[in-house]
Amino acid sequence: MSETLLEVSNLNIFFKSDKNPEPIHAVRDLSFSLKQGEMLGVVGESGSGKSITNLALMGILGDNSIVKADKLHFNNRDLLTLKEQEWQKVRGGEISMIFQDPMTALNPFLTVEFQIVETILAHKKISKKEARELAIELLAQVGITSPAERLKAYPFELSGGMAQRVMIAMAISTGPKLLIADEPTTALDVTIQKQILTLIKSLQEKNNMSVILVTHDLGVVSEFSERVQVMYAGELVETAMTKKLIQHPYHPYSYGLLSSRPGAVVRAAKSDLPSIPGIVPAFHQRPTGCQFHPRCPHVQNDCISSPIALENGIRCLHPMKEEVV
Amino acid sequence: MKFFLKKFLDLIPTLLGISLICFFIIRLIPGDPVLNLVGERGVDPVRYAEMKHNLGLDLPIIQQFWFFVKNACMGNLGTSIVSNNSVWAEFIERFPATFELGMFSLFFATIIGIPLGIYAALKRNSFFDYFLMGTSLIGYSMPIFWWGLILILLFSVKLGLTPVSGRIELTYDIPVMTGLYLIDTLQSAVVKAEGFAPFWSAIKHLILPAIALGTIPLAVIARMTRSSMLEVLGEDYIRTARAKGMNKTRIVYIHALRNALVPIVTTLALLFGSIITGAILTETIFSWPGIGKWIVQSITSRDYPVIQGGVLIISFIIVMTNIIVDVIYYFLNPKMR
Amino acid sequence: MKQFFSELYFELKKNRGAMIGIVIIFLSIIIALLAPVIAPHNPTEVFSDSLRLPPSFLEGGKAGFFFGTDDIGRDLLSRLIYGSRISLAVGFSVVVLALFTGTILGVVAGFYGGLVDRIIMRLTDLIMSLPSILFAIVIVAVLGPGITNSIIAVAVVAVPNFIRIIRAQVLVEKNKQYVSAAKLFGAGHFRIMFVEILPNCMAPLIVQASLGFSDGILNVAALGFLGLGAQAPMSEWGTMLSDARSFIESSPWMVTLPGLCILVTVLSFNLLGDGLRDALDPRLKKQN
Repeated sequence: MSETLLEVSNLNIFFKSDKNPEPIHAVRDLSFSLKQGEMLGVVGESGSGKSITNLALMGILGDNSIVKADKLHFNNRDLLTLKEQEWQKVRGGEISMIFQDPMTALNPFLTVEFQIVETILAHKKISKKEARELAIELLAQVGITSPAERLKAYPFELSGGMAQRVMIAMAISTGPKLLIADEPTTALDVTIQKQILTLIKSLQEKNNMSVILVTHDLGVVSEFSERVQVMYAGELVETAMTKKLIQHPYHPYSYGLLSSRPGAVVRAAKSDLPSIPGIVPAFHQRPTGCQFHPRCPHVQNDCISSPIALENGIRCLHPMKEEVV
Repeated sequence: MKFFLKKFLDLIPTLLGISLICFFIIRLIPGDPVLNLVGERGVDPVRYAEMKHNLGLDLPIIQQFWFFVKNACMGNLGTSIVSNNSVWAEFIERFPATFELGMFSLFFATIIGIPLGIYAALKRNSFFDYFLMGTSLIGYSMPIFWWGLILILLFSVKLGLTPVSGRIELTYDIPVMTGLYLIDTLQSAVVKAEGFAPFWSAIKHLILPAIALGTIPLAVIARMTRSSMLEVLGEDYIRTARAKGMNKTRIVYIHALRNALVPIVTTLALLFGSIITGAILTETIFSWPGIGKWIVQSITSRDYPVIQGGVLIISFIIVMTNIIVDVIYYFLNPKMR
Repeated sequence: MKQFFSELYFELKKNRGAMIGIVIIFLSIIIALLAPVIAPHNPTEVFSDSLRLPPSFLEGGKAGFFFGTDDIGRDLLSRLIYGSRISLAVGFSVVVLALFTGTILGVVAGFYGGLVDRIIMRLTDLIMSLPSILFAIVIVAVLGPGITNSIIAVAVVAVPNFIRIIRAQVLVEKNKQYVSAAKLFGAGHFRIMFVEILPNCMAPLIVQASLGFSDGILNVAALGFLGLGAQAPMSEWGTMLSDARSFIESSPWMVTLPGLCILVTVLSFNLLGDGLRDALDPRLKKQN
């Protein structure tokens, strides 16, 4: 059993707002942990709080945010007590992140070389020349042909897939222990998606790196990550080993996500859900009780009144009995 | 390269249009163009005909325009009725004064306005931000012909700190090298060791007109920098830079400012035109012997060749500046290359 | 349309600057309308025994001349009050002239494209390549000085802004479905341009109109200051400033007050324009 790298316990994230006197409660009582070398899938629609959680782990939420947690430990260090300068060492050094749209995530006015080299130099004590050589090596590693030439390119001269490879090269350039991939393939062509994910998976295994793979596509997760957690409206609603969850989702929301995937066959005819009706409630108008109850096809009276606790990895009073193929 | 060629080709119709306007100024003014141009009343018919011929006014209008453009290209813009000097010579004599004033104002507006704008953007919605945006809107709304007078009232009349008019104390006889008094006086002070008194005098004369002229550009630059910075700071790549562990200084100056500068440079180009507009008013208030005052005087004295030539040169300068800015823009923005 | 304005007002109410602007504009309109009632004296009446009196609250001032008198003994307060009539009328005329011409040319350029568009845009480029005051000066030099001619000159200078804004908007709107629908129903070009498309270009037009007001007032005052605008004895603020220049040392109030009036009026329209832009620009709205 390898070591625990990241331990989050009762993470709460609030946003102050001019309009509301009460801060908006964006993420509630989120607890999870991640082992060294493990890949964790996080699934949820937009507005579920998954991206906000990532930014909190990087310490780059805006000034209007409040982050509270019983425990937020990374590599045996308490992230909550870090000062800005210590954060800067962690960000990009120990925790790296890649984003949804590589074309906007890379600075359009700076060359690939500049952007990778500055990252390396910020975290490693090596010369500029060595950093450049390392950059070439990394580009080759992420599958970019003629890396030395690509170094001189500006981001807009790259294709989306290539730009994401550059982002990945930049993210792993400092040998981070944790890579957060926030919807890394959403903005890319379908044909490229699998290549990028395979690349991330191989790098994870090779470098014994932990990965948090955020996506709204359960299918992506099912292929690549061992464990998965499903988030809804700022709460963790279900967490399990991926194989198990795919086979038998207990939370109606996970069930809905799975069955709304193209190709999924719902076994029980009674609950055929081609899609989940409605949308994720906005942060400032969250319902009482189970967050999912307004959209849930199996809602019962006791779902509505009081908050539901997470038990055995499921935040539901009436878990689903059917399985999904 | 294609970019430059296109820019250059775009120039031609604009310049032709400007020439056309200037060409017609004189011909549209009520009254006889010969009399307007020569400015004499009651000349005898023989001399009148001779003048008409010399000015080419007996030719068909197309040909007249052709000669006008040809002459203008060779720097022959006619002769001032008032002074009998060539318009070009008068322009050359006055241009350095305006150039010095304009550049000085724009320079300070830029080096003060950009940092203020950056700071306001970084401290968005703070007291400083509101204060700066409020003040800059006042600056932007400022009637500078009044502002100049208020500055005189305050600093010259009440406090006696600065002179009211001119470029330098008349007692100083500084050899004209560049026509830019700051440089000329500095040169005589440093090279010839003749003391810094003339230089200070030049500075003292320059400061009020420069404040008056620089106020609107300063306001515009500060506002523009702020909004441009805010836009860039909200971009994804700034989040990436933070996620890479870059420190704040580096994020602001390397990742954000450079990108935010691109629209600011364009704004600077537009300000160039407003500097000329401002110079017309500022120079009138401070009796600054530049082209602004020259043009205003030529209008009051109905010195039509000067109006015609002056407008032509000023427009030409502005069009050229816009081209230069396009070139800078081209080099600032890698996407263009 | 009604909903558009009520939503706009709702947005504007949140903007303190814009509200200040609206209040000042409202006040100056009242002052201008009630000028004969409010003004203590006739603005052109000469009190030859009271030359260049300081404001009544200063030493040497006389009751009855609250802001003092000018160099030939006219009551400054009355002149300033009547001046607001001129300034507002000037701003209004400039905006109406420029708006009308600019809208027609802009809609035509955007809608038809091609050669018409090229010619119109060349002309706007041309006017924009000249500094506004210089171009206005040239026009006044041709037409002769005076308030009407300076209004025309300043309006001409303001037209390109309207053309550009309208044209850009029309280019966006003309490919939308409601235009195709109107075409299908056999609407004529005129109807499509001015009945279908134009109302959808309101937002930027309103902003530009407000900013055009302040530009117009400022530029006409500048021409007045240069002696090319309103002529004596008109109590136009710029012209008043120009007359007061020679008395800056002895009678500073003659300089201070007219300029302050210009500044406050121009500022109020800029505040409103800024507020309108923030309220109408959806991109900025999202940021907030």
